[in-house]
Amino acid sequence: MKIHEYQAKELFRKAQVPVLAGFVAKTPEEAKEAFEKLAGSIAVVKAQVHAGGRGKGTVTEVPSQRGVQLVKSGDEAAAVAKNLIGNHLVTIQTAANGAKVNQVFVEAGCKIARELYLAVVVDRAAQLPLLMVSSEGGVEIEKVAEESPEKILREHFDPAHGIEGFQVRKLCKKLGITGDAAKSADFFMKKLCKLFVELDCAMAEINPLVITEDNKMIALDAKITFDDNAMYRHPDFKALRDLAEEEPAEIRASNTGLSYVKLDGNIGCLVNGAGLAMATMDIIKHHGGAPANFLDVGGGANTQQVTEAFRIILSDPNVKAILVNIFGGIARCTTIAQAIIEASKEVGFTVPLVVRLEGTEVEEGKKMLRESGLAIISAENLTDAAQKVVGSIA
Amino acid sequence: MSILVNRDTRVICQGITGKSGAFHTKGCKEYGTKMVGGVTPGKSGELVEGLPVFDTVEEAVQQTGANASMIFVPPAFTADAILEAIDAGIEVICAITEGVPVLDMVHVYDRVKRSKSILIGPNCPGVITPGECKIGIMPGYIHNPGKVGIMSRSGTLTYEAVWQTSSLNLGQSSCIGLGGDPIVGTSYIDIFERFQNDDQTEVILMIGEIGGDAEEKAAEYVKNHVTKPVAAFIAGRTAPPGKRMGHAGAIITGGKGTAAEKVKALEEAGIVVAQSPADMGKAVVEALKRKR
Repeated sequence: MKIHEYQAKELFRKAQVPVLAGFVAKTPEEAKEAFEKLAGSIAVVKAQVHAGGRGKGTVTEVPSQRGVQLVKSGDEAAAVAKNLIGNHLVTIQTAANGAKVNQVFVEAGCKIARELYLAVVVDRAAQLPLLMVSSEGGVEIEKVAEESPEKILREHFDPAHGIEGFQVRKLCKKLGITGDAAKSADFFMKKLCKLFVELDCAMAEINPLVITEDNKMIALDAKITFDDNAMYRHPDFKALRDLAEEEPAEIRASNTGLSYVKLDGNIGCLVNGAGLAMATMDIIKHHGGAPANFLDVGGGANTQQVTEAFRIILSDPNVKAILVNIFGGIARCTTIAQAIIEASKEVGFTVPLVVRLEGTEVEEGKKMLRESGLAIISAENLTDAAQKVVGSIA
Repeated sequence: MSILVNRDTRVICQGITGKSGAFHTKGCKEYGTKMVGGVTPGKSGELVEGLPVFDTVEEAVQQTGANASMIFVPPAFTADAILEAIDAGIEVICAITEGVPVLDMVHVYDRVKRSKSILIGPNCPGVITPGECKIGIMPGYIHNPGKVGIMSRSGTLTYEAVWQTSSLNLGQSSCIGLGGDPIVGTSYIDIFERFQNDDQTEVILMIGEIGGDAEEKAAEYVKNHVTKPVAAFIAGRTAPPGKRMGHAGAIITGGKGTAAEKVKALEEAGIVVAQSPADMGKAVVEALKRKR
């Protein structure tokens, strides 16, 4: 689960990770008030969307407006907020039509001496959390990773103990951070790594991380993704979820215990198991088609889930045909066949439906579908299924 | 021969009194697995499928001589259950549970690697040696004893591969579901080493998916240490970057972990890579024809 910058910074503040003062605003008036409360000569107004690259992002409705802007008065803050709120911000990480901005964060300014990049992730290859720091702050880190990977410094740490003092000293030495700034870095990195573990983050990214002219390390940005599997340990995080940032069909799917990801093609897929679901998308592409979605109904799929799965697939106007691919293991083919029959009564198929069943109780399942009177195109194997579904819309 | 489990393996189920634990204990027992008991704290003295339930794994091992465990406890308790099995000296631990927090696995992995136990999973279908021992949730009847060693990060895609190799009358020596999570107890390399040293295994099929670099590392290992023929398939060629495809581990970040990179690494190691998931069985036949 992702959260907004202003929410992440609130968590940082609680965990003593240094951030600047700031207020979230949902209207231009609130933005003006926020500027006045900060009582400084400058502030920064930042669009709150889950995507990165906001500084260079463009507002569709007001093309001259970027997603992050320095302001010098309350009125200016209000004007920028007016350009952002309710409009769409397009960045390198959003879809082409952008992400709707529902609020802005008005944050105090500071005098920046240096910009750095910092991230903490769980490194699956090393089976440990990993702190990464780069001298190349404020830019696209993916580019740095590709073009000059040696500029990204890496230190793994034990989650039970956090990052060690010598590791921070190594990083500071390589980055040329000395004196009070190094002391500040030690405090910052230890607190941040502690937060990462305690809050069960999957990723924490700060770009830019700055050192101020008075030698303090501060998180100027804050992006956090939580480990969904650990959410039971943090029931209060539920309130941080912003459903407006998520694909409506994906929310519906997760409420029914389905795993769904919307794609750009026109062949809807309904599959049991994540690996087989990915492979089904692959084989559709292999035979010249384009999958409209990834959908895993899980091992113990029931009629209600399958019905909802069909509804979700058909809610995508691009879908011109559906491929059902089930390998009955624990889920029996007869259960799936029954669910397809029930679902068709409930939903009513308007596009060709190709079904490939294999595994437990396959013959009985196929017989049920044959005798149902439904216009189902039956497939013998994976290749046959893919060819038939691609052919049905050719 | 086979790897990890055989007809002499004595298996307990941790979480045996739960719905899934009881259901799959029955399934494994019916398949012919030597199920010898189960563990659920606070439920000792009960019987499930005629098997004794114990409060602790230690007690279960003392009373039944168990050397393998199948774990079905909820995600919040899975790390603890695995650590208890390690502590009791269980040799093969299969954690079927899906949804274990990744930082729990950081801790568990560290303990497993310092122990004599092997952890398969979590978030996996389990392990099977056809005709001898099934530990997990896979449909037993699709397997036949034979010569293909299969390992995979996915459940149903493994069944697909088993089905194809059974249809071609090749059969399987053992099939291992490694698990779909970012951190799992056993890597492809660990299993390659075992298959290479197993007499029954004549050819190895590896099923990978996008994310991480485990497949690339495995390719490097195969190049240097595996003399048996190897076939492979990588799922997720069409997956968009940055999206989670069901498995938490299947995320491509910063252009790394793509199917194209993995296929390239595998082919360079002399591995026959199936272009379509329908051709995994054919790739195995092709690999058998080629001398590595």
